[in-house]
Amino acid sequence: MRTRFIVDKSVGYFLMLMALTSILAVFLIGFFTLREGLPAISEIGLGRLLTGSVWRPGLEEFGLVPMIAGSVLVTIGAAILGVPLAIGCAVFLAEIAPRWMSNIVRPAVELLAGIPSVVYGLFGMVVLVPLARKVPVAGNSGFGLLAASAVLAVMILPTITNISEYAIRLVPREYREGSLALGTTRWQTITRVILPSARSGIVAAIILGIGRALGETIAMIMVIGNSVIIPRPLNANPLTIFLSQARTLTGNIAVEINYATGIHESALFATGVILFVLIMLINSSARAIMRERTR
Amino acid sequence: MHKITAASILKAAVFTAALALVPLKSAGADTEITLFGSTTVQPLAEKLGEAFEALHSDIMVTVGGGGSSVGVKAAGEGTADIGMASREVKESEFQEFPGIVVHTIARDGIAIVAHPGVSVSNLTVEQVRQIFSGEISNWSGVGGPNQVIVVIAREEGSGTRAAFEELVMDEALITSGAILLPSNGAVRTSVSTTPNSIAFLSFGYLDPSVRGLSIEGIEPSVSNAKTGIYPVVRPLNMITPGPAGGAAARFLEFIMSPDGQAIVSSEGYISVI
Repeated sequence: MRTRFIVDKSVGYFLMLMALTSILAVFLIGFFTLREGLPAISEIGLGRLLTGSVWRPGLEEFGLVPMIAGSVLVTIGAAILGVPLAIGCAVFLAEIAPRWMSNIVRPAVELLAGIPSVVYGLFGMVVLVPLARKVPVAGNSGFGLLAASAVLAVMILPTITNISEYAIRLVPREYREGSLALGTTRWQTITRVILPSARSGIVAAIILGIGRALGETIAMIMVIGNSVIIPRPLNANPLTIFLSQARTLTGNIAVEINYATGIHESALFATGVILFVLIMLINSSARAIMRERTR
Repeated sequence: MHKITAASILKAAVFTAALALVPLKSAGADTEITLFGSTTVQPLAEKLGEAFEALHSDIMVTVGGGGSSVGVKAAGEGTADIGMASREVKESEFQEFPGIVVHTIARDGIAIVAHPGVSVSNLTVEQVRQIFSGEISNWSGVGGPNQVIVVIAREEGSGTRAAFEELVMDEALITSGAILLPSNGAVRTSVSTTPNSIAFLSFGYLDPSVRGLSIEGIEPSVSNAKTGIYPVVRPLNMITPGPAGGAAARFLEFIMSPDGQAIVSSEGYISVI
């Protein structure tokens, strides 16, 4: 009895140690990012970092607006392209596909999550960038938000599809039966009953997908052009803004950190702090929405 | 008892994590030489290191990348025996690390390259400056067809970019609309696949997939750079924390010897003797 008790206890402590190590990792990363970023935040000022529109480290200009705009726009682009696709896929898997078919489609979608992002970047660089270049607008180099959004849309597909499908499957069977018994078609049942019931889960899925999109780095560097400009339309059509080059917050760090020293290096860590905060906000709002659902 | 064990394990874990955060310093200065810095110098340093190791079986040469600024910093802080930089060391860096000694081991030309479909084949330095600063944004401004120029450049802090800015741009800034890519290889791939594009590249990366433009009528070739008529040439530097000593000094001696400089030439760079 006694040895069993000791084994049980020590396994418990061992598992707790593992959990603590994970927390420690998050804490240490947050702590060191903040510590390294503080000199820039105090010297340049958070206001100038967040509202400055010029980033020229050589001239001590550290404004993050172009990168914030780039990250936001590419994420919006990815959401426009990826969310309908992902939700359509989730509805198909949960409601329509026969079992044998969903057993093929689901692993295939999950496989997308396993492809290394550098491979996505390579694909984007040699396939999507030349495709985007075909849009006949003066100044369109192919590198830019459109190609980057398309790459991201595919990358966030598995996240949104998986969680949405789960949320749809959680909708009680009685809802479907009740709806169908009232004489609705399958499509009416899906759009009027099932999707509204699963709404909070789907919204949480979209938010988590957006969090994933914000954090993507290497694939973005390879297709977005990395120019430090606030994206703007190339001609009178406002949609051509998506043909503009841009730079993301993550790309800003990855492209420059190798060479950065002093205040420049610190400013890149400050970029990391801003990303950290953004992603924390996004993840906790997803959490809050999910919790509301279970209540 | 269990609680104490758990606490001490936790403490040990934290301690180990803290240890891992302490940067490692190279040990055994006489049997190992570490180099860090410019990715332009890196492949050359690796070749030189292999040849040196063949002569001195007791010494190991380790070469890492990171970029020119990292190279100067590594030498200045003593985290590497030798730092590598593909540009002149800046005044601000000499102020930060007053003790460092710079050894120019080779020279490298920077070619202005364009997509093979571009019909313009010669530019003046002034035109190159105007194109990269965004003043001229259409090939028609330099005698070409009416097409928007796609400017491709390296990221801020790259040695190739710094040398290009110093030698060509003068005080002008590279346009913020330029596509920035993180390596010579990525720049070459993008120029070869992007119509109407222009960029700058280390001579070591020139190949038929891109079109090397003549500057002031002079073709970008090693022989033109060597005779000094090609205008965009930069030094490749190795930097030691102080006057070189021990194994590092012998390595630098070897690099400057006829054998070492023969390797420099065979790798497509310009020897300094």
